[in-house]
Formats: sequence, C-alpha cells, structure tokens
Amino acid sequence: MQPVRLQGIAKSFGATPVLDRIDLDIEPGEFLVLLGPSGCGKSTLLNIVAGLEQPSAGRIHFGDRDVTALEPDARDIAMVFQSYALYPTMSVRRNIGFALKMRGLDAAAIDAKVAAVAKLLQIEHLLDRRPAELSGGQQQRVAIGRALVREPQVFLLDEPLSNLDAKLRADMRVELKRLHERARRTTLYVTHDQVEAMTLASRIVVMDKGRVQQCDRPETVYARPANRFVAGFVGAPTMNFLEGELALWDDRPALRLDDTILPLPGLRGATGLHVGQPLVLGLRPEHLSLAMPGDEGTCQGQVLMTEPTGPDTYVLVRLAGREVTARVASGIALAAGQTVALRLDAPAASLFDIADGRRLN
Amino acid sequence: MRRFPLYLMLSVAALAVLFPLLVMLSTSLKPLAEINGGSLFALPREPTLDAWAKAWGGACISGDCRGLSVWFGNSFAIVLPALFCSLALGALTGYALSLRAARWMDILFAALLIGLFIPPQVTLYPMIVLVRELGLFGTLGGLVFAHTVWGLAFVTLLFRNFFLSVPRDLLKAARVDGAGFLATFWHVMLPLSLPVCAVALVLQFTYIWNDFILGLTFAGPGRQPVTVALNILAGSQLGPQEYNVNMAATMIAALPTILVYLLSGRLFVRGIAAGAVKG
Repeated sequence: MQPVRLQGIAKSFGATPVLDRIDLDIEPGEFLVLLGPSGCGKSTLLNIVAGLEQPSAGRIHFGDRDVTALEPDARDIAMVFQSYALYPTMSVRRNIGFALKMRGLDAAAIDAKVAAVAKLLQIEHLLDRRPAELSGGQQQRVAIGRALVREPQVFLLDEPLSNLDAKLRADMRVELKRLHERARRTTLYVTHDQVEAMTLASRIVVMDKGRVQQCDRPETVYARPANRFVAGFVGAPTMNFLEGELALWDDRPALRLDDTILPLPGLRGATGLHVGQPLVLGLRPEHLSLAMPGDEGTCQGQVLMTEPTGPDTYVLVRLAGREVTARVASGIALAAGQTVALRLDAPAASLFDIADGRRLN
Repeated sequence: MRRFPLYLMLSVAALAVLFPLLVMLSTSLKPLAEINGGSLFALPREPTLDAWAKAWGGACISGDCRGLSVWFGNSFAIVLPALFCSLALGALTGYALSLRAARWMDILFAALLIGLFIPPQVTLYPMIVLVRELGLFGTLGGLVFAHTVWGLAFVTLLFRNFFLSVPRDLLKAARVDGAGFLATFWHVMLPLSLPVCAVALVLQFTYIWNDFILGLTFAGPGRQPVTVALNILAGSQLGPQEYNVNMAATMIAALPTILVYLLSGRLFVRGIAAGAVKG
C-alpha cells in the first residue's frame, strides 16, 4: 500500500481555470472523499490522478514513484465510473476479466481471479449475462468487481452510487465501507452527496471553485467548518447564518441583530475579536432547541412552518426578523404563528468573518 | 374501412413499382416464338426456364458462350475484397475521427465529406491516372482500390457518427483497463457497431455490385463484372434479339443484392434487438 501525493496540481481548459494548485497527501489505506458541488473540479482532479487527463502543472507521486506522465494502466489504479461504463457486448465474466486479458494473463489465471471476485461480491450467478440484462445494483457490483480484480494500489471511484435509488444507495454504501475495511486499499472517492462523504470517509476534502476549502476528519468538517462555504455545504438542513455584530450582555458574549440581542453564554472565543465587530454566526439546526423553564439567555421567536421527518421535526422560526431552522424532537405539537422560546447552544456555534467567510473561532 | 383509401394508395404504388418486374419475369419465362407473336403484357402460355438456363450457362457474350456464370465470378472477385477493404478502412477511420483528439480532426472529417458530394464521374480521369501511376491499371487490385476510395467517405461518415454516440466513459474504462487504440477498437467499439456494419454492408454491396462505369474502365478484359456483361448481351446487334434471355440475365444479375438485403436485414434487426446500442 502506497501513499499518494499531489503537489501543486493545476488544470485549465483553454482560458478557464478548473483546478488551482491543489496539494494533497493521501495516507496508505485511507478512504479520502472529494466532496463539492458540481463544477468544483473534483471529477477533473480524479481524472488527473487516474491519468485520463494531464495536469497543466504539478506532480503526482505514488509512493516515491512519479506517475505524472504515465498512462492509466501503468499507474496501477482501478476506477469505477458513475455510468458504470460496462462493455455492453461482453458478458459479466469478460467485463471483469478484460483488464487482466489486456495485461496478458493466461485464461486459467483470469478465470480463477474472476471467480474469486464474483464470490466476494456474490455475483457468481450473473457471470454469463450481458450488462443490459442486469439491474442497476447488479451493474454497480460488476463495475466494482472489475476494479477489485486488478488488486490496484489506488482505487478511484467517481460518484459510483448516484445512479441508484435511495434504498439501494444506502445498502451499497454499507457494502463499500465493509469492502474497504476488509481490503484497506487507498481509495479516492468523488461525490456531491454529503451523507456518503460523512459515512465513508476517513478524511473529507471539501472543494469549491477549483480549490480545497477544507481537508479534515468528517466530524471536524461538520463541527468546525473552516469557512462559510463548507459550513453551508455540509449538513442538511443547512446551517443557520445570522449576520450581526459582537456585543456584550450581562458581561457575557452576545450577538446584536439590529435591535435584538442574542445572548451566547459559553461562546468559544478567539483572540482578535472585539465588541462591535461585525461577523456571521453559524448555528446548525440541532443547536437551536426549545427552551426549558428556568433556562437563561433564551430568545423569542415565531413559528412559521413545521417539517416532520420522522425522528425529528424541523421548525422554521422567525427570530429577530430572520428565518432560522431549529430541530426539535417529534411529538411536540407546534402551530404556525405560535411564539416559542429558543435556547441557542452557543459553545457549538461557529463565527465567520463577514467579508471573506473564514472561521474566526 | 376507414383505412381503405390508405390501402388503395399503397396498392397502386406497389403495383406501379412491381409492374415492370412482373413483365420481366413473365417475358423471361416465355419461349422466343411466343414473345415475337404476342403481346408484351400477356402471361406466358407455356412457361419454360430455358431462357434462364441459357442466360446463366449458354449465352454468348464477347465470344464466350458460357453465359453469365463466368462474369458472376468476376463480380464476386471485385465485390468481396472491395467490401472488406472499404468497411475495415471506413470503420477504423471513423473510429479515429470520433476520438476528436485534436481540433483539426473535425476539419479533416469535413474535407472527407466533400468526397460525398462529388460524383465519381468527375474524378474518374484523375483516378485513372492515379491507378495507372500505382501500376494497377487494368488489374483487379486497381478496381478494388478505386471502389474502396470512392466508398470511404460514406462508410467513414456512418461509423464516425455512430462512434460519437458511444458514451465517453466506455473509452475511459478501456483506457484504464490497459486497452490501447487498436485493442479498444477491436474489443469494445467494433462489436458495438454491428448494426452499423450491416447498414454499411448492404449499401456498399449494392453500390459496388451495381457499378458499371468503374468496372468497364478499370477492370481490363476478362475481369469485368456482370453489369458489363449484361450491357454486352442486351446491346448486341447481331442476330435476332432474345428478349427472354436478356430479361432472365437481368434478373439473375440483380439476385445477389436482393439476397444481401434480406440476409443483412435480419442481422440489422438482431443487432438492435440485442441491445448493442444501449448501454
């Protein structure tokens, strides 16, 4: 197992820059997820690691081997495509064995390896079918089998689950995680689905506009987003953002929104902040809850709408003239127009610079 | 009964197309005396296959009295290699152009398309010079070369447009799997293009088999195709015209194209039904 190192990778198509000096170190055996909105450059980065596209600048190393100029098959990688890209005229058996055949293995060795992979993925009964005769989930398995059979140094997956329906996607997610835990191969996984990123990744790389916005463990990306983009992109429903200025209330930190003061007892401070500084407060829905009797530092809001999801109910509340979403336990009856007292979980709050959006605390 | 006008129109159209064919068939089955004594449109009173037998094996064409059978062999000797060369070259060229690896490839393709709009008669003389300079004039190779070149624009167009519709991920997958330019073509792209092959096969076969002017010009004596023989047979001014033999000869000469249509038509349908086009 080898580490993968990307140094100063840049790519532009004509005059359009797509990737801007990406530096990444992927540990051996790591499951690294590239997460971002469409057009952020994550698929281009994956194609560059695969060798399907050449970077405009920068080097790629697998271990101490510089692979920047190598063709995909010389890099010892395998790739799973969003469309699966199975060869339509070949049986499942020949699809899985094709790379081995191109490598010049003899028929007996190919058969043995294909059989082993088919057993692992439980697709032995499908080996003689054509891709068109398989369901989406089965095609997905074959595509993964085609990658597994090569026993590559690096596994590359380009949105492999986005063509599946929701139920199947959840099942395959678990299966992918199990496969990775068993084989521990270095994996680079591209997705725009944050649930996939949160559940699968050992580290998440959040990308936007061709740049790495944050690269960290899933918990950290969720709890301490590096900037306002990451905060808004990760988490559903999205984080609440309140623009105001830092104030003091009863000698404790608070946020002034026009005429209203939101008390934030226990707010994690940082050096360089001063009273009166304009900033953005970020609070996830689960950090806004209904106040208990006796809570101090609560604030009043008006219920606009409720969205029951089953285990929880999301409540849209008007707070100091702004709309925020709070997560409350289901079973609490709330009617539109009702006035509620909200408690803000200030220690969990994020503060962002109002101009460039970087994290302040 | 609301469809009656529709069926009426279709029947009239079918009859108009089939009528000359029926006259040919009926004439070819009559003895010569019956043709000379009766109406062209009358059905044969004593149908006989004598004229067919003579056209195939006994008619004298250019002093050789072995009928069309000799010339049939010539035609196949021309069609088979020309068909293979134009399909193989056209498929490979279409594949290469469909990769669009560089901008000038589309310009190259546009240049190739011009070939579609120029009738072969216009470039006949330059082609003769070219083939002569290659030392192939009057040989089978020269004729095959001419047919291949003239068919290339059309076959390339067919394959290139089909290959452009193949998902790019498939090409990427083949590249990751270690298949190069030719291996990708052979293992992935060519099997996908079976229906296109059938279309190209039918049209090229018909075109080359029915060709007269290139066969007359390039083949040289003794190697000319059946269409040239047909012209000699029907155009002969010596002795009485044997209309029944002429008609039978024409129908024999047309049979292979009809057969290819029927056989490849099934291949074509099977190719589509097998889901070769859909991923």
